[in-house]
Amino acid sequence: MLNNYNSLAQPLWQNGPAPGEFYKFTGGQMPVQQLPRELTTVGPYGTKHSTAAITTGSSVLGIRYDEGVMLAADTLVSYGSLARYQNIERVFKINKNILLGGSGDFADIQSIKRNIDQKMIEDQCCDDNIEMKPKSLASWMTRVLYNRRSRMNPLYIDVVVGGVDNEGTPYLANVDLRGRSHEDYVVATGFARHLAIPLVREKKPKDRDFTVVEAAELIRTCMEVLYYRDTRNISQYTVGVCSLNGCGVEGPFQVNENWTFAETIKGY
Amino acid sequence: MSTIGTGYDLSASQFSPDGRVFQIDYASKAVEKSGTVIGIRGKDAVVLAVEKIISSKLYEPDAGGRIFTIEKNIGMAVAGLVADGNYVADIARQEAANYRQQFEHAIPLKHLCDRVAGYVHAYTLYSAVRPFGLSIILASWDEVEGPQLYKIEPSGSSFGYFACASGKAKQLAKTEMEKLKTDMKIDDLVKSAGEIIYKVHDDLKDADFRFEMGLVGRVTEGLHLINPPELTEKARNAGDAANKEEDSDNETR
Repeated sequence: MLNNYNSLAQPLWQNGPAPGEFYKFTGGQMPVQQLPRELTTVGPYGTKHSTAAITTGSSVLGIRYDEGVMLAADTLVSYGSLARYQNIERVFKINKNILLGGSGDFADIQSIKRNIDQKMIEDQCCDDNIEMKPKSLASWMTRVLYNRRSRMNPLYIDVVVGGVDNEGTPYLANVDLRGRSHEDYVVATGFARHLAIPLVREKKPKDRDFTVVEAAELIRTCMEVLYYRDTRNISQYTVGVCSLNGCGVEGPFQVNENWTFAETIKGY
Repeated sequence: MSTIGTGYDLSASQFSPDGRVFQIDYASKAVEKSGTVIGIRGKDAVVLAVEKIISSKLYEPDAGGRIFTIEKNIGMAVAGLVADGNYVADIARQEAANYRQQFEHAIPLKHLCDRVAGYVHAYTLYSAVRPFGLSIILASWDEVEGPQLYKIEPSGSSFGYFACASGKAKQLAKTEMEKLKTDMKIDDLVKSAGEIIYKVHDDLKDADFRFEMGLVGRVTEGLHLINPPELTEKARNAGDAANKEEDSDNETR
């Protein structure tokens, strides 16, 4: 189709608006408002690329403990301010070593997950029983995301990549839409970055890693805080756990909601 | 016995006066020189077994493998020119990936077989290329379709089978397979594969060989595994035992 494009052809009509545009009458008609957060850039053959996210997932939280990692995300995909899809898994098991938690534009998450799944099948076709390590996947994602953003056509996602390597050393990193990545014992996307990370950092023992019990307790607390304070969350969430003992996504769990404190709020 | 196709055998785009395309027949001859390959369909699994003839002690044990994983649940074994086999395996993987990209589902084996057979057939139409010297056996298992087994000839024709064989001892293997029951359970399936390969192997012509096996079924949780440790041991032991029995039969008096 693209090969048949005749760039020398005359336009179908003169002195009128291009398709999709309006006639410009004299008298100052109001120009079509573009949403301020929407940045469109020109693509090939008259197309436009938009950086607006349409259906979005909210926060993802990842915590590293002595034997592995835990990733938690609620099960909501919003359509702007509408809580549209309320039972969506946003934490994925990629292979026996890797978990991926996706937030941001969910179509982009699904798109890159399709590519990642195909990569895992290619791994299997090599017939050497070697599965990709989480650090390698995170590195690959930074390359893809950086190149997309450099072409002004980003995948609008913010992901947490977590897992263990062959010796059982845990790995936890955050990769964002600009191709920026960093590794830490706690990483988060969205609101969890502001609400949950300080909570976890406060509880971190100075001289050792978290235990699995501490990590689970922290996940529970943080998901509760996020539900109360982030307006794009719901009370149902799933948790992915990856260690040498196994890798899988557990849930769905419910936040223990208790709104009775609302009665004590006075004054506004 | 073998007809000489003087003048009509130079390219695949020529028929001979008696209606044969000699290049395809010559491709089949290349297949007949290679080590035997068999595929057997059981109740809940399909096994592919290869008589891999070791031409030099300098090779690593897993070198020159003729069984490939095409998709999570699809395996392929080839008889004939192994270089062609590597190439067609790659084509098959691309076709399976392309199907999965469009439909987010593993390619049904019938569709993969049609695509690969069509590809192999295309190479039999033109004088600029030669046909693939390959006989390709495809196997898969999934929860819905169950076990599937297909074979593609060098001419590009393909059929579904309960059990099939290619290569040196094709006739002998087929005779052995006709004695098998259909819908065998996994243990019998794997043992039969071992027995047949060890039986048809000709000790006088080719001294050293390595038995290799590809298995996909409920027991492997729907994944195609090459030389899964326990079941391959079982097959090899069954093969050895069958051979010893035969040898001891010959040693009477």
